[in-house]
Amino acid sequence: MLTLAIAYLRDRPLTTILNVLLLAISVAMLVLLLQFGSQFEKRFEKDAEGVDLVVGAKGSPLQLILSSVFHIDQPTGNIPLSSLELLRGDPATGRVIPLALGDNFEGYRIVGTDETFLDLHQAEIAQGAMFEAPMQAIMGASVAAETGADLGQQFIGSHGLSADDGADTGHDHAPFETVGVLAPTGTVIDRLILTSVESVWDVHGIAHDHDHDHGSDADHADHDHHGEHGHADDGHDHAKEDAQQTARLQSVQSELQPELTALLVSYRNASGAIRIPAMINRQTEMQAAVPAVETARLLSLLGVSLEGARIFAWLLAAIGGLAIFVALFSMARSREGDLALLRVMGATRRQLFSTILLEGLVTAAAGAALGWLLAHSLLTVARNSFATMRDLGLSAWQPVSQEGLIILAVLIIGMVAAIIPALRVMRVDPAAILSRAG
Amino acid sequence: MQLQVDAIGKSYGTTAVLKGVSFSLSDGEQALLLGPSGSGKSTLLNIICGLQRPDQGSVAIDNQVIASPDSTAKSDEVRRTSLGIVFQTLRLVSALSLRANLELAQKLQTGRVDSGLIDESLDRLDISHRAGARPFQLSQGEAQRAAIARAVVVSPKLLIADEPTSALDRENTRRVAELLIEMAKTVGAGLLIATHDDRLGDFFPQNYALDQGELKSC
Ligand SMILES: Nc1ncnc2c1ncn2[C@@H]1O[C@H](COP(=O)(O)OP(=O)(O)OP(=O)(O)O)[C@@H](O)[C@H]1O
Ligand SMILES: [Mg+2]
Repeated sequence: MLTLAIAYLRDRPLTTILNVLLLAISVAMLVLLLQFGSQFEKRFEKDAEGVDLVVGAKGSPLQLILSSVFHIDQPTGNIPLSSLELLRGDPATGRVIPLALGDNFEGYRIVGTDETFLDLHQAEIAQGAMFEAPMQAIMGASVAAETGADLGQQFIGSHGLSADDGADTGHDHAPFETVGVLAPTGTVIDRLILTSVESVWDVHGIAHDHDHDHGSDADHADHDHHGEHGHADDGHDHAKEDAQQTARLQSVQSELQPELTALLVSYRNASGAIRIPAMINRQTEMQAAVPAVETARLLSLLGVSLEGARIFAWLLAAIGGLAIFVALFSMARSREGDLALLRVMGATRRQLFSTILLEGLVTAAAGAALGWLLAHSLLTVARNSFATMRDLGLSAWQPVSQEGLIILAVLIIGMVAAIIPALRVMRVDPAAILSRAG
Repeated sequence: MQLQVDAIGKSYGTTAVLKGVSFSLSDGEQALLLGPSGSGKSTLLNIICGLQRPDQGSVAIDNQVIASPDSTAKSDEVRRTSLGIVFQTLRLVSALSLRANLELAQKLQTGRVDSGLIDESLDRLDISHRAGARPFQLSQGEAQRAAIARAVVVSPKLLIADEPTSALDRENTRRVAELLIEMAKTVGAGLLIATHDDRLGDFFPQNYALDQGELKSC
């Protein structure tokens, strides 16, 4: 009976393809929405764990969170180094992690920080050792795997935070050395390259007291030279997004000072949650943003649009079901002769019923399979062509259990669509039909 | 094989179409059922094929009842495995190739596919080269032979055809009649043909005429 069902489907290829496509598109949409929804949410939760507050330059709080917790967006700006001491000295804070952003290597962000950042993500060094000296770096598990970097290998950062920010903006003068690789954690740290804050300053020709004198800062402002290292600092006369940073650096401070991009703060006690954000926002030029609040806002924004898309996708699935129904129902008449004949040849009513049901089911199954493949292929393509997707940690072939439910639902749609035509077929009176001429 | 038709009666409303029709057909025997239009030939064949139920009487093959006023699942089963039917309008399934049509008939009626028998029948009917074609791609004559092949490949005990030649010219009528007779012999089946075309009478040793609901041998 399956062969017959398939033969019938192949007998009207256009209708069948159309119905399969309708269902495939809706399944693909549903799977994609599900994947986005669940992967984003999981990812957000995991990455923001242990960060109660983010302190950074004034601007959009969401942008601050995105850039410093999830490492997606551009930073809002820089904050003075003194803020680190200020917050670490506060009795209400627990862990205060400094972050200095600015460069990438093959699209992976180079983050200047210290060992507290590893603690935050419970990252452990799988090979090699922690960075100690300037220009030493350790790589996140995915970075190491995808760039094929080995211990002791040197690499050069490019300015900006993603690979496509600018091609010829390397810091050739200041190569990093890979001294360690982290074990996979399933958090954003897998996709980061970590180094000391001082190394990030070095790359950008910023004098700092760690291993240089402060020197005459005016010399550095025009980006010509970096005295101590004696190499041309050609990394700075480029790129749009860098321009704003440069401009800001020049106008606000008119000199390059050691600065940070953001601080990730956890509280020691509840009083911090009340006092610290207020203090930061009122008494300093910085802003304090709460990751939980911002991600909740983002997810609810996302949720509303996802919900709309989801309703549309289910509507599409329903239309697919209706199309199957119409196709089978209109076919039933022209097929009465065949079915009456099958009855005479000994097919039971149940067999006829199941032939039609199978037709609906096969259509739905083909649609579901195609849609599923389509969704996951699209995810693969998206991952491979957009760095943001990779940075979000979107994995392409990680089926979620609800995908099974979607597929089941579509199969049921196919079956329900076929039931009425199938019942009709079951009631054919072979004698009446076969004795009719033609 | 022994076909026993016993006192079949059938009425539509108040009109009695068949009034106690009886005849028998013994092993490998071939018979023609003649009668003018409206005389009830199709009604009789439909009853034998299980498409309609008689009001009275019964039909049996080898003493197994295949049709009676209260037919049972058992009689369905016997009928299914005993009869090969050639419909006047052929009734090939257009979604399937010629070969798939034959295979489907075998699957439904005998429970298994016998490719050897299919090849042999197609060969004898001279349509092997069209085995992959779909019914609408066949010529009228080819389709007619395909319908005969489908009735034959189920190894029936009795081959039944209702007006198999009504749409054909003299030459093709002769060819189809000869093929039916030959194929029935090949598979060792009896043959029963209903027609209003008395040109076919010459081919058959035994003719019955249906008139006013009664059957006469002639
Ligand atoms: N379903 C029905 N309801 C009422 N009358 C019917 C029905 N089927 C057939 N009849 C009548 O019964 C009579 C016999 O019909 P049947 O089809 O058996 O004739 P036939 O001998 O096969 O004719 P033909 O040579 O034209 O095919 C006809 O008068 C027909 O009008
Ligand atoms: Mg008739």
